[in-house]
Amino acid sequence: MGVGIEVKGLNAWYGKNLALKDIDMSVPANHVTAVIGPSGCGKSTYVRCLNRMHETIPEAHAEGDVKVGEIEIYGDGSDPVEVRRKIGMVFQKPNPFPTMSIYGNVAAGLRLNGVRNRKQTDELVERSLKLSALWEEVKDTLHKKSGASLSGGQQQRLCIARALAVEPDVLLMDEPASALDPISTSKIEELIFQLKQHYTVVIVTHNMQQAARVADLTGFFLMGSLIEYDKTEKIFTTPADKRTEDYITGRFG
Amino acid sequence: MPDPTRYRSAELSLWRKLANFGATTFAIGSAVLVLVPLLAIFVYLLIKGIGSVNLAFLTQTPKPVGEPGGGMANAIVGSGLILLIASGIGIPLGIGCGIYLAEYGRNRFGDFVRFTADVLNGVPSIVIGIVAYSLVVVRQKHFSAYSGGLALAIMMVPTVARATEEMLLMVPNSIREAALGLGIPKWRTTLSISLRTASAGVITGCMLAFARVAGETAPLLFTAFGNQYWNMNPNQPTAALPLQIFVYAISPFDEWHKQAWAGALILIVMIVFAVAAVRVVTSRGMLKGAS
Amino acid sequence: MNPTDPLASQKPIASVPSLAQTSAERKHAAGGSVLSRIRTKNPASSRIPDAIFRGVIALAAISVFFIVVLIVFELIDKSKLSLHEFGIGFFYGRDWDPVNGEFGALPFIYGTVLSSVLALILAVPLSVGVAVYITEMCPAALRAIISFLVELLAAIPSVIYGLWGIFVLAPLLREYVQPFLAKYFGWTGLFEGPQFGLGMLAAGIILAIMIVPIVASITREVLSAVPQNQREAVLALGATRWEMIRVGVLRNARIGIVGGVILGLGRALGETMAVTMVIGNRPEIAKSLFAPGYTMASVIANEFSEATGDLYLNALVEIGLALFIVTLIVNALARLLVWSITGGTARVNA
Repeated sequence: MGVGIEVKGLNAWYGKNLALKDIDMSVPANHVTAVIGPSGCGKSTYVRCLNRMHETIPEAHAEGDVKVGEIEIYGDGSDPVEVRRKIGMVFQKPNPFPTMSIYGNVAAGLRLNGVRNRKQTDELVERSLKLSALWEEVKDTLHKKSGASLSGGQQQRLCIARALAVEPDVLLMDEPASALDPISTSKIEELIFQLKQHYTVVIVTHNMQQAARVADLTGFFLMGSLIEYDKTEKIFTTPADKRTEDYITGRFG
Repeated sequence: MPDPTRYRSAELSLWRKLANFGATTFAIGSAVLVLVPLLAIFVYLLIKGIGSVNLAFLTQTPKPVGEPGGGMANAIVGSGLILLIASGIGIPLGIGCGIYLAEYGRNRFGDFVRFTADVLNGVPSIVIGIVAYSLVVVRQKHFSAYSGGLALAIMMVPTVARATEEMLLMVPNSIREAALGLGIPKWRTTLSISLRTASAGVITGCMLAFARVAGETAPLLFTAFGNQYWNMNPNQPTAALPLQIFVYAISPFDEWHKQAWAGALILIVMIVFAVAAVRVVTSRGMLKGAS
Repeated sequence: MNPTDPLASQKPIASVPSLAQTSAERKHAAGGSVLSRIRTKNPASSRIPDAIFRGVIALAAISVFFIVVLIVFELIDKSKLSLHEFGIGFFYGRDWDPVNGEFGALPFIYGTVLSSVLALILAVPLSVGVAVYITEMCPAALRAIISFLVELLAAIPSVIYGLWGIFVLAPLLREYVQPFLAKYFGWTGLFEGPQFGLGMLAAGIILAIMIVPIVASITREVLSAVPQNQREAVLALGATRWEMIRVGVLRNARIGIVGGVILGLGRALGETMAVTMVIGNRPEIAKSLFAPGYTMASVIANEFSEATGDLYLNALVEIGLALFIVTLIVNALARLLVWSITGGTARVNA
């Protein structure tokens, strides 16, 4: 089902600026790992390095060992396109494709990867929408409504379905609920809880309560370094590092 | 859960990689292909024109057919005359329209005027020539620099108006409010303060419009009509550089062909200057007065 | 609380000078001489100059509308005879024989449409290709240079394109391109007949070069208007760069691109000098692209100043009227499409 991620010595740059310093992290399979920290600490950068999206920014690059399951994603001969298919991503602001129907959105990744069989696509679309708890709400208007005509919370679940359709091993989520209202947020959190049965989830969040609710493990980032990484409960009740404690108790950030 | 091996992704990857490569090649190729004519035109202009651009060319009028030598001096000066008339009508009208659109025109009527200016911008230049002909030439029963100037003026108005409006809109409202707060009346604010601040951009717009109509031939074909001799009387048919180039180019005489290239070289140098100057002013940021 | 809290350092309100003084004291305190030099007019007395100014300016704005009305009026007025004489048959008459009083405009409509369509076929792929290159693939340093160069293409006057067309393009076509086309594609019937170099093919090629800057610049603007998160969404699904461009950018921008293409069409339809100089100027309807042709703008350019007789002149003006109406519709449609994508911020320089 899910696979784990082993990160060793990951460094990332924007041009000449070193944004991530020597990150070591071990993300267990079928668990939810949260990444928290103040603005600019590198948490989004970190997660984007996990599916090689970081390097799509001009002048940005990353180096290090990142092993997803058995595959070295920064290894020689590793194709970023394949990496990104195997590792799904959901963004902060929902970004469905406005020119495609709901069905088209979910099927987009499948079409790109050459799945031509209509029946196969139908099955996968239905499965993905069920996994992201959107199926009941849209099953009658799959082809009629455009992706952009849904509410914010629904759009984000559509984006999750879209990411799941290509059957990734890992799901990365970059502040997936920060642009949503509280009810949609709680629906997403419920979803994440269920998704970890099938997938490994890494979620970036600036909302500490969210991390406490949803994640099994939490990593605290500060100024490009991983300060502390442990079971969520431990981080939030008895953090080992003073800086973690300062952040948790709201002394900065 | 569906079998992931159903994707056969390794096999398909080749086709996708090829498509990616093909598209990239096509895009780069397009860029190259588009720039080739540009290069070709400039190179030919230089090669074929530079030989014939000499003092005689710049100072003499055309010699009768068959005789070597002569120049386009009358056409260069004639163009100047026509453009002067055109600017005298087109620029004030355009700036006035632009001021209206920026300062008073944020409403339905303003939208309508804007739309009309766009329409005017799209009218083929030959049609404007027809109109200038029927308004002026028919009444006067002769060709003149005035009619040519009028045709070009009509073509300048939309460009100048658009540029003026855009530049005025860039002037921060706080400047206007400061002036009005000091008791300066609105009309004075608009002229001495807003327009002054936006002046670099407005002048740029005028230069752009000027450069555009300087190369226009079609509207002059039956308004200014052209003239083989010196003429400084705007009420008479007048030579113009693009007209002369046209007449010479389609003539059967080699000597005239050479002069056509020379005239074209001069025309393009002037225009490139104007366009480059516009770029320089635009990239430096136009509202130095505002800070 | 944060020690650098900005609120902590603010002075109490009462000590801010201006609020404690009367307006007279204020004027004096702020360097009264400057203020008094700008005579603070009684608001009522500046109303009249303001109104006059506004009136004058509004007049300038209305004049634009007035000019367009004038154009329409003159075109209709000066083509009355021909409109009356030939009616709608004017536009499908195949014979243009002024000597014998025959005025059929079909050859010109055919020539205009064919040359413009040919130009679009050649220009659109190239323009979209250039635009994609500039916005999605080009290294940042080159971007400004290349877009400047493409813009420069738009600044070259029509007559210079024509000059280049006659003396450079036409011989090139005659020597190399036309024999090649006739040999391998002659079976289509499009590449038959004498190879002059000048003709419909030359006109189409020159027009294509001339409309590339417009279509490319509009396409560039609509491509840039596509939000970055759309590109990211496609990439994150595991897409190659071309797939990202195709699904995430081009697909979103397609309405605007169509608008740019139609705008290019509008420009091609009205283009006069360059076409006149290379198209051969013969009012015939031929299938082959090697044949000479004639466009609406060209016939006006060539024959207007020598037209004898009122009917002849009226016929030419009627062609001008038709050209005006067609370009009006095409341009309005184009602007509508482009507006809907960019929200009115697109600017066409040509």
